[in-house]
Amino acid sequence: MSKQDANNNEPPTTGHIWDGIREYDNPLPRWWLWTFYATIVWAIGYTIAYPAWPLISGATPGVLGYSSRADVAADIQRFADANAEVDSKLASVELAEIATDPELLSYAKNGGAAVFRTWCAQCHGAGAAGFVGYPNLIDDDWLWGGSVDEIHATISHGIREDRDDDTHYSEMPKFGEILEGAEIGQLVQYVLALSGQDNDAAAATAGQVLYVDNCESCHAEDGKGDRDQGAPNLTDAIWLYGGDAATLTATITNARFGVMPAWAGRLSESQIRQVATYIHQQGGGE
Amino acid sequence: MLNYFKLIVLAIITLAAAMAANFAHDGAYQIHAIIIVLVAGGLFIHTLRHTNDAPKPAETGYMDGVVRYGVIATCFWGLAGFLVGTYIAFQLAFPILNLDLPWTTFGRLRPLHTSAVIFAFGGNALIATSFYVVQRTTAARLWGGNLSWFVFWGYQLFIVLAATGYLLGVTQGKEYAEPEWYVDIWLTIVWVAYLAVFMGTLIRRKEPHIYVANWFYLAFIVTIAMLHLVNNLSLPVSIFGSKSVQLFSGVQDALTQWWYGHNAVGFFLTAGFLGMMYYFVPKQAERPIYSYKLSIIHFWALIFLYIWAGPHHLHYTALPDWAQVLGMTFSIVLWMPSWGGMINGLMTLSGAWDKLRTDPVLRMMVVSIGFYGMSTFEGPMMSIRAVNSLSHYTDWTIGHVHSGALGWNGMVTFGALYFLTPRLWNRERLYSLSMVSWHFWLATIGIVLYASSMWVTGIMEGLMWREVDAQGFLVNSFADTVGAKFPMYVVRGLGGVLYLTGAIIMCVNLWKTVTSSPAKASDAVAVPAE
Repeated sequence: MSKQDANNNEPPTTGHIWDGIREYDNPLPRWWLWTFYATIVWAIGYTIAYPAWPLISGATPGVLGYSSRADVAADIQRFADANAEVDSKLASVELAEIATDPELLSYAKNGGAAVFRTWCAQCHGAGAAGFVGYPNLIDDDWLWGGSVDEIHATISHGIREDRDDDTHYSEMPKFGEILEGAEIGQLVQYVLALSGQDNDAAAATAGQVLYVDNCESCHAEDGKGDRDQGAPNLTDAIWLYGGDAATLTATITNARFGVMPAWAGRLSESQIRQVATYIHQQGGGE
Repeated sequence: MLNYFKLIVLAIITLAAAMAANFAHDGAYQIHAIIIVLVAGGLFIHTLRHTNDAPKPAETGYMDGVVRYGVIATCFWGLAGFLVGTYIAFQLAFPILNLDLPWTTFGRLRPLHTSAVIFAFGGNALIATSFYVVQRTTAARLWGGNLSWFVFWGYQLFIVLAATGYLLGVTQGKEYAEPEWYVDIWLTIVWVAYLAVFMGTLIRRKEPHIYVANWFYLAFIVTIAMLHLVNNLSLPVSIFGSKSVQLFSGVQDALTQWWYGHNAVGFFLTAGFLGMMYYFVPKQAERPIYSYKLSIIHFWALIFLYIWAGPHHLHYTALPDWAQVLGMTFSIVLWMPSWGGMINGLMTLSGAWDKLRTDPVLRMMVVSIGFYGMSTFEGPMMSIRAVNSLSHYTDWTIGHVHSGALGWNGMVTFGALYFLTPRLWNRERLYSLSMVSWHFWLATIGIVLYASSMWVTGIMEGLMWREVDAQGFLVNSFADTVGAKFPMYVVRGLGGVLYLTGAIIMCVNLWKTVTSSPAKASDAVAVPAE
């Protein structure tokens, strides 16, 4: 439309002028008005069908009887019913049997993966490879044991979880309060030697004496640790907090006290078995 | 006499703030008290030195000084807000940018970004344009003398207190209402003064009718006051500490928060900016508004319906089903009233479409109306519970908000700034129209990158979260979804870089307009009100 046409067919204005701005007196666009009416009609219908209008002691329930809570509950129940048989079997068989029954194994691994992603991945990582202070679950190094029964016990009762009487418990002393700084330095050199890293041989020899007096009862004479006490193996290249001299100095001086929650009570027995099986099947299971 | 009164008030404030700084329970409160000591003490000295000055002759023309300051503040806070936004966009892609310092973590910078763009950039744009528009369309000088300067500087103080508070970790944990109790009280004082200036000017108008832009501005000012007061009802733990406890708790608090949060969008970012649109679009296009009837109907429908739509932010939560359903139906009915503004804006251009070829400022305004129409369709769609069950908590929401904020609020503000600067500084024209074109394309492409990457990643995320296998077990962990979003996070960050670059070009252009453009020959711009 050219300017000329527009001028010839100008609609009427309201006659108001503000700072040069005028207003046409055009009617409401028909499609706009009818769409507006349609949404109002739809809204009235929808609020009759679904819970909507607040009354004195509750709201109108809606003629369809819809409830989002009932919807979710029905959804969960549908899967619970479908899985009921295999789920109850999983909770009652010997743990070792799970791996020999393909149906149980597949169910446990899928369910365990979901449990792990929901509850465990925050600390151990989505791929279960851990972070500093949170153990890697896919290698062969286990603090408290890597059989499916041991994993099941650890998950059920946690580590240093004071609300569970059956939890794994051990406490490394803060050697900063027991030994001199120089002595800790010698111990660090010995631990470096144990794990095959570069070290000061003279200091390491002095450190060995200190090791025998202070560390051997838990970490064992050969430094390979003791799973009954959750004492880590010091001879391999796997470190929960770090194996360099600075980190070792901090670890010996202040000790570590890693905590894992107990999941019995929060997860069902079936779920704990699922996730124990899932972890056991990740590659490091014994 | 007035000066003595001012001196007494300023002295009391300075002393009280000094005492507060002394007894402060936390560092942030102490720093804020010291800021207030400096501001009030400085004003005290200034007032004292000028107490016996001869009174200045009363000015009679339009009061444009405060609008000029508003234009500068809008540019400044816009750049700050876009910069922080771009930075935190890259923080999400590269977490190392959190720098491991408490002050620079995403959690503290994110409210800094949202408040800087909504309240500092958007708020200054609204205050400045409303002061300009209300004077032109009532043919009256701003009411209240220096009260409008109090509104401007008081609002800047609010922004500084809010922003420093965020960086120092002060927050009441309510989205878009993070500032603590004493900052809220200060904003209330400033806002009441703003309402007084605006209403006072409307009342002394020389025009028989009130122009539609002013209805929207007034609805924005009044409703924001109400929302701000109710949502920030809280009890300070101590008069000398920043922490406060909310009056409401649980789901009541959540609903109050989203009644506020949704209407901050509705009345700050929609009604207020529609006021801007209703003045600057017809002025720039030099065409009459398309339909007076439509403006009345869509104004009242919008104002009435928006206030009920908040519960759609709480679908599938502890909020009862009935409240969710009502929130959703009101949101859907809101679709056409929102589009009324788009129709009136776009149809105002009929007969002037050819100007889009030659006028990049008008192009900017038209695109802003386009984005307005898109977001006000997307919003009602996302409020449908079935759609929301997919989109809620995902980046789709972020994309939706930004197509509105960058596309609608940002672009219409840029258009208004390009319109205002030559007129306020009495220049013949803008320094460079080709720089406006560059700004236009950089901003538009930036928004497209931003919004499309967030749609993709939001829908992907929603689908991944709800994916279960045949036995009903969850397939993806949350960390899996975060990992999958990485490429889209980078694209989003690049969109932000483009948008920020466009804004920098605009600021250079406006600066050069003021300093280098030829002065306007006639003095016709500053038509006095009398």
